[in-house]
Parts: sequence; structure tokens; C-alpha cells
Amino acid sequence: MAVMNDLRTIKNAAWLGWEMEANWADPFLFATYSIVKPISATLILVFMYMIVTGGNTDNAYFSYMYVGSALYMYIAEVLFGVTWIIHDDREHYMSLKQVYIAPIKFYAYILGRSAIKIAITTAGVIITLAFGVLALGVDISLWDVDWLLLLGSTALGMSCICVLGLALGGITFLTARHSIGINEGVAGVFYVMSGIIFPITALPTWAQSISKILPVTYWMDSMRRALMPDAMAELGSVAGVDVTGLSGISDLYIMVYLAISTAVFFALSMAVFKYADGVARRKGKIDWTSTY
Amino acid sequence: MDQEPAVRTEALTRVFEPKKKKEGSTVRALESVDLRIEQGELFGILGPNGAGKTTLLKILSTLLLPTSGKAYVAGLDVETQFNAVRQRINMVSGGEISGYGLLTVKENLWMFSQFYGIKSKVALQRIDDMLGEFGLLDKKDAKVRTLSTGQRQKMNVIRGFVTDPDIIFLDEPTLGLDVNASRVIRTYILDWLKDHPKKTVVLTTHYMAEADELCDRIAIIDNGRILACDSPERLKKMVRMNTTLSMDVTRLKDTAVFKTFPGVESFTFTEDGEKGLTKLRFVMRDESGVSDIVSAVLGQGSRIESLQKTEPTLEDVFIKMVGKGLE
Repeated sequence: MAVMNDLRTIKNAAWLGWEMEANWADPFLFATYSIVKPISATLILVFMYMIVTGGNTDNAYFSYMYVGSALYMYIAEVLFGVTWIIHDDREHYMSLKQVYIAPIKFYAYILGRSAIKIAITTAGVIITLAFGVLALGVDISLWDVDWLLLLGSTALGMSCICVLGLALGGITFLTARHSIGINEGVAGVFYVMSGIIFPITALPTWAQSISKILPVTYWMDSMRRALMPDAMAELGSVAGVDVTGLSGISDLYIMVYLAISTAVFFALSMAVFKYADGVARRKGKIDWTSTY
Repeated sequence: MDQEPAVRTEALTRVFEPKKKKEGSTVRALESVDLRIEQGELFGILGPNGAGKTTLLKILSTLLLPTSGKAYVAGLDVETQFNAVRQRINMVSGGEISGYGLLTVKENLWMFSQFYGIKSKVALQRIDDMLGEFGLLDKKDAKVRTLSTGQRQKMNVIRGFVTDPDIIFLDEPTLGLDVNASRVIRTYILDWLKDHPKKTVVLTTHYMAEADELCDRIAIIDNGRILACDSPERLKKMVRMNTTLSMDVTRLKDTAVFKTFPGVESFTFTEDGEKGLTKLRFVMRDESGVSDIVSAVLGQGSRIESLQKTEPTLEDVFIKMVGKGLE
């Protein structure tokens, strides 16, 4: 019964999320924005890369960078999105307290709103990857994709990102607009430490140790392995050097690590969320308006 | 066996500490509040701004935790059994422009009904009925952002009732609304209770007439303390043994002097700028001081336009309890 209630909450929150995300403009403008925004964001990096390498996009590393940048959209959208959901509900729509006192689990509401962010971001990621393959020669072939690995790592990765968002959502209860800064900081850590646009072997040794704890590092690697197995194999043994720093690890190990770390992060995030929720109730922050 | 009260508080206290010392001092929003609200009651909490009304409702609706003391809603502890409390309550706050502006009125109401597990078909029918009663049926498919403040407020009241709560907390539900919109809301509340005699409404207001018209019982609250709690009639009886005097006079230079007259229990005045009048209202222990008041008015060169002995109102009770009027 409780599970059914949670699923119903997730469904309704997702519906609300879709209405909020898709209704702010007419469908044509929304579609244009959905295509242009992710491609433009990725092109910034592409141009920087091309300037540095003298226009060379025909190598495995370009594909590595491009795919990482496209997938990072999930992290950015969900982590920023969760903060924005709470901030916007509380201070712009002034509806947070009404949702909060409803007989639902608030984290289910956040998960529902996040789910729709993931769905919309998925469209952006697919468009960006398709653009990369068709216009820039990114090394992804539908025939070579490891669909099972892709499915598994997508499911685990999305769960993991949502779980991280949940903890940040709890923190947002206690903060005003600067919670966006906190989330940017957290997303920034992943950007630098999780092999998003450069392999973790480019980091100092101490930083690599941190990278190897972060679940996002493994998610990125497994997604790349699934999407571009040839390029990843190439990067795994450039002149006998493991460029990615993870090529010696099996797919199974990565999936198990992702599953365990997601479970651990879930427990931690729930603890953070519940603690923050309690503090927010104690301090009267649920219907707080910071007027920022 | 005693019926479980809808609301019960025991020495309920809420203290707000300033974030930094320079941002002000500790505020004791509620001070040892003991209340018992029975099922089926329309209970009013009357007090000036900052009296603690909203804080009390926030605690009862599980938005805020008490600093000490206990609060029970439908016999459930709001602190530890908040999930069960939430299944039985709803809350509406006045003066807010809440609502998802991108959704239509119907979508907004439907979405909240779904959070309460109401079957979609039932909810949609209920929404239609209520929109009709509130005169908002033509706005059913309008985006919330296009509604006027009054229409939004009505929509929010519908949001509170559409979930059919056992206990509904209404925090200044008619705040800032015009006479017609306020009347529609007040009528709905009364009709709802008539149709659902076991349901309970807890209403905060600083409109005396609203409290007088609607409530079975009223608690007068000031500085976080309940000063009196009874039916409007009984509260008024508390000052009925006194003499209540209303006097309209041409502009007075000094009104402070009236407070010090012997026999004056409480005194308020309002200025009517348009007519150039000062409206004085006295609650007096006896009529012996009337001549002194008249002399003092005339002594200031003012003219008495009207003078009448009146029935005590809730405002007189309030003034007697709190020592000042609401406006």
C-alpha cells in the first residue's frame, strides 16, 4: 500500500514536472530550445578542443570528451533541478507547504519531479549524441553498442544521480538561493573528478583516489564502454598506458560497484534528507520566503 | 467514553531564536498554550498581527515543531505521528498567491486531490461542484497566473476543502478579499460544516465580525498567550455588566486623557477623516464617569455629534482582554 502511494506520488509529481517544464513556451519554441540548448552547450567544448588540437576530431579521445560532456547533462540537470524545484515551489509558487503537508512522502515527490527532468534531459542527450555522430564523427555505432550494459548502467546511474539530488534537496530546505551554489559545487566536483571531459589519470594521484570512490566515475566509464566500445578499447592501451585509469576493471565489477555505491549513497542521502527535513520543521523553513 | 477532541494542546510553547544576536531578540510566539477543540466545532483564533495565530496553525498542520509542550490533532501527536495527521487535515492560508501559474485551475486542484489519494473521477466532479459554488466555473480552464488575487484565494480555499479533510485549518482565509468574495467563503464554510457535522474548522482571523458570525467558540490570543476562550455570546457577557459607550465627536486634540478617567475599563478611538470626526468607544465599569468624559470632550472645544449606549461587541471583549483594538 505504501509503495503504491509512493508510486502514485511519483507519477503525479512527474506529471506536474512535465507541465512545468513543457508549458512555459509554445510547443515549437520548446522543441527548438530542447534541441539547440544541449548542442550549443556541448559545442563550446568542441570548439575549445578543436582549437587546442588544430581541428582534429578524428580520434578516440574526442569521442571520450564529447560523450562525457553529453552525459554530464544528466548530472547538471538533476542536481540543479532538484534545488530549483524546492526553491521555486517554496518561494515562487508558494506551494511547497501545501505539498509538504499532503499525506505523501516528500522524497517521492522529489523523485517524481527529478524523473521528468531525466526524461527531458534524455532527449537532449540523444540529440547531442546524434549530432556528434552525424556532424562530428563521434565514434558511436548502433551495431556496436552493448545494449545490456547501456541499460544496466543507465538505470543504476540515474538512480545514483536522483539519490544525490535527494540529499541536495534536503539541504535546499535549509538554504535560500545559495543552495544553487552548493549544487554547482557538487556538480563541479563530479565534472573535475569523475572523468567527464578528461580521464582521471590526468589528475594528481591523491585526486585519483577520490575519483575512484565516486560512483559517477564508474557510471561515466560504463556508459562509454557501452556506447563506444572500440574507442574505449583504444584508450585502454595507448602505448601500453591505461589512459582512462579504469580499463583493467571488468564491466561486472563496475556494475556491482555502481549498485553498491548507489545503495550506500541512498542510505546517506535519506539520512541527510530526513535530518534536513527535521531541522527545517524545527526552524520553520518549510514555508520560508527568503525574498532573494 | 469521551470523544477524542479534534485538537488538543498542552503547554504548547514555540520560541524563535534569532539567527544572529544583532538580528533581534528571542521571540516567544506561543507561551504555554492549552486548548481543546471538539470535533464538529468551528473554532476561531482571534488576535492581532504577531499574536501567535499562524504559529499555532503551523504547528497543528505539521509545518513547524513546537519548542516544548504537546499538540495532538485527531488524537495524534503532530511531532511524531505527522504522517497520520496529514491524512486527516488540510490548511489554507489567506493573503498568499500560491498555486502553479502554468497549470489551469482545474489541473491545480486535481493535482492536489491526487496527492490525497482521491479517485480522479470523484475529484473532478467535486472540483466542478465547488468551482460552481465559488463562482469560478468559467475559470476552470484558465491558467492560474491569469487569476485575480481574490480568485486565487477562492481556488486555494477549494484546494483545502476538495480533499475532504476531517480538520481544516484556515489561516486568515478572507484576508484582503472584497466583501463579496469574503461572503462566499464564509457561507461555504458554514454550509460545509452543516453538511459534515463531524468535521472541524479551525480559523484564525483578525476580523471581529467574521469571528462573531462564524465561530462556535473563540480563543483570544495575544503575545502567544490565550487570554480567553469561550463562545462569542459568553465572551460578550463578560463585558455586558459593563457600560459600553460610543461617541462621535468633532476632531479632538488629545485622546490620551480618556484612558485615565475613573470608571473607564478600556478605550479606543478611530479617526474618520472624511467626516472630520473622532469615533470614541468606551467600556466602563459604571456610568458615573460619563459626565467627566462629556466635559473633557467639550473642554477641548469639540462638539458631540452622537452619543449612545451600545451592546458590547467582540471588539469590546478583545479590547478588555488585550488592552488595545485590532486596527
